[in-house]
Amino acid sequence: MSAAVVPGTGRMTYREAVREALRQALRSDPHVFLMGEDVGAYGGCFAVSKGLLAEFGEERVRDTPLSESAFVGAGIGAALGGVKPIVEIMTGNFSLLALDQIVNNAATLCHMSGGQCPVPVVIRLATGAGRQLAAQHSHSFEGWYAHVPGVRIVVPATIDDARGMLGAALACPDPVLIFEPISLYNLEGELTAQADACDLDHAAVRRAGSDVTLIAHGASLYRALEAAGTLAERNVSAEVIDLRTLRPLDDATILASVRRTHRALIVDEGWRSGGIAAEIAMRIVEQGFYELDAPIGRVCTAEVPMPYPRHLEEAALPSATRIVAAVMSQLGR
Amino acid sequence: MTESLPAGLDRPGALERLQAMLRIRQFEERCAELYQAGKIRGFLHLCNGEEAIAAGVMRALTAQDAVVSTYREHGHALARGVPMDALMAELYGKASGTCRGRGGSMHIFDVARRFYGGNAIVGGGLPLAVGLALAEKVRGGSGLAACLFGEGAIAEGEFHESLNLAALWRLPALFLCENNLYAMGTALARSESQTDLTAKAAVYRLPAVSVDGMDVLAVEAATRTAVARVREGGGPCFLEFRTYRLRAHSMFDAQLYRDQAEVEAWRERGPIITFTTRCKRAGLITEEDYQQQLAAADAEVDGAVRSAEAAPWEAVEDLERFVYAEGSP
Repeated sequence: MSAAVVPGTGRMTYREAVREALRQALRSDPHVFLMGEDVGAYGGCFAVSKGLLAEFGEERVRDTPLSESAFVGAGIGAALGGVKPIVEIMTGNFSLLALDQIVNNAATLCHMSGGQCPVPVVIRLATGAGRQLAAQHSHSFEGWYAHVPGVRIVVPATIDDARGMLGAALACPDPVLIFEPISLYNLEGELTAQADACDLDHAAVRRAGSDVTLIAHGASLYRALEAAGTLAERNVSAEVIDLRTLRPLDDATILASVRRTHRALIVDEGWRSGGIAAEIAMRIVEQGFYELDAPIGRVCTAEVPMPYPRHLEEAALPSATRIVAAVMSQLGR
Repeated sequence: MTESLPAGLDRPGALERLQAMLRIRQFEERCAELYQAGKIRGFLHLCNGEEAIAAGVMRALTAQDAVVSTYREHGHALARGVPMDALMAELYGKASGTCRGRGGSMHIFDVARRFYGGNAIVGGGLPLAVGLALAEKVRGGSGLAACLFGEGAIAEGEFHESLNLAALWRLPALFLCENNLYAMGTALARSESQTDLTAKAAVYRLPAVSVDGMDVLAVEAATRTAVARVREGGGPCFLEFRTYRLRAHSMFDAQLYRDQAEVEAWRERGPIITFTTRCKRAGLITEEDYQQQLAAADAEVDGAVRSAEAAPWEAVEDLERFVYAEGSP
């Protein structure tokens, strides 16, 4: 990775990458504005929007009351009205207070109006566990939302995607929900020129391999990559796919990989029952059953509301250790 | 009810208002028949008795304003200028309908007339209206967003969240509550600790006025006053139109929750009969005028039915169109 190919490239945190994306969006279009709880004076619950209020003012960086349904719905209405809202919901759990607006309006209006009312709203939500925030701040609902036709669900896992997906979402005429994993905000990495070429439609192969395909998104990408490193020491070559987008799912990239490796294991921070991992597994079965040399595996979060203490939280979440064990089992070793 | 008419009301003005209400009444009477005949399915909510609100409100708005409505919106749509042919075709579920048949009675959209539904989640339209008003402010436009909803919506959190946000940000929004006294079958006093709706709205520090919703002239005058205030940058206003639904809630309603005597008492106060009587007494219109208007409305409805009957169904191959915007990646 080369440094400073385009302005703003170089080493930075995931948080800074999102902030740079917001700054660029606010600079490039006067109709773009950010709104949500504590995005302004407080600087964002996770300090993502720190400094933006001072730079852009209260009309562009709007602190809202604790009214998720009203401000998410207002974002949808503003998008209908021809401007470019970026709505921040503090956590995925809180988005449930706005579920009516997201599912009954954002996702349906375009179809229900016969194509008259596309809803180009961008909604950013912090997602996932790993910070000991317990059962009302830690859940991963991106797979749940991916059940709903009419919305696009993306999960940036890398610095480039954290920087690039927002712009792509703003350019998209559909409602886009961007799930930012809470545990990745402090991740450091190189921002490259690739960030500018970001799309919302494709999965990415983050590590090439030939024995098994590990399919992950968000924070689980790093668990999968760590597991792939451990597996390599045991002479198992794991390919790692970063889904990037859960709706639409990039079947082509997943199936192309499975046709090479003949084994698939899905890592998902959501719960297993009825989750996105089941959907991915079924698509592999539908489109690549005869390519498989072993049953498809899943490593998901334990079926509990997320507990607070560190050791229980770690036990609940997918881990490299569990991924390695599952792969070795698939290989019959 | 006010017996006297405003000095400025002339014969053409009286005929226009009467025509606006009769178009809605006759359209919906036909809808009820078509429902019985199986031509219209799903839920069908008629606004019989509430026509003065649609007719009065829409006269006070301009083309630049956005309108958000509820599942009882045929009257609002017609008064806003949505063509009757497209509206009837939508109720039939035909391809020539406002939404190519995908919405039906509860979801009429016509973006060319800035008519944004047709929201069938009670209270769900209020945040959308706040957003449309916010868009006007961001774009520096001079339009406003008018949101119609029933008194049932006042029990929803979205009502309170939306009024607070609109007032806090001084947005150009007009909150128009059609209080027909029953949320489906639940009387106001059986669901609200405070039945004075203007008192509920006023806590958000916006002007809140109660209006006789059976009087088209009162509705129009109150709306014009509120619109002027909103356009001057005074922030949102709330109007309560006191009205009554003379027909059932939907086509599946045995009306066990109210006395027939109550319905008949309100029927005497019906917006069309009272307005017609007043205008006749003032010498503005004659019985012949009324009959001509009625016949004209019926003829328009006949045409809309013929057009809907003849219209094609949306192709099944197009089932999945419009889930995402056409041309989206």
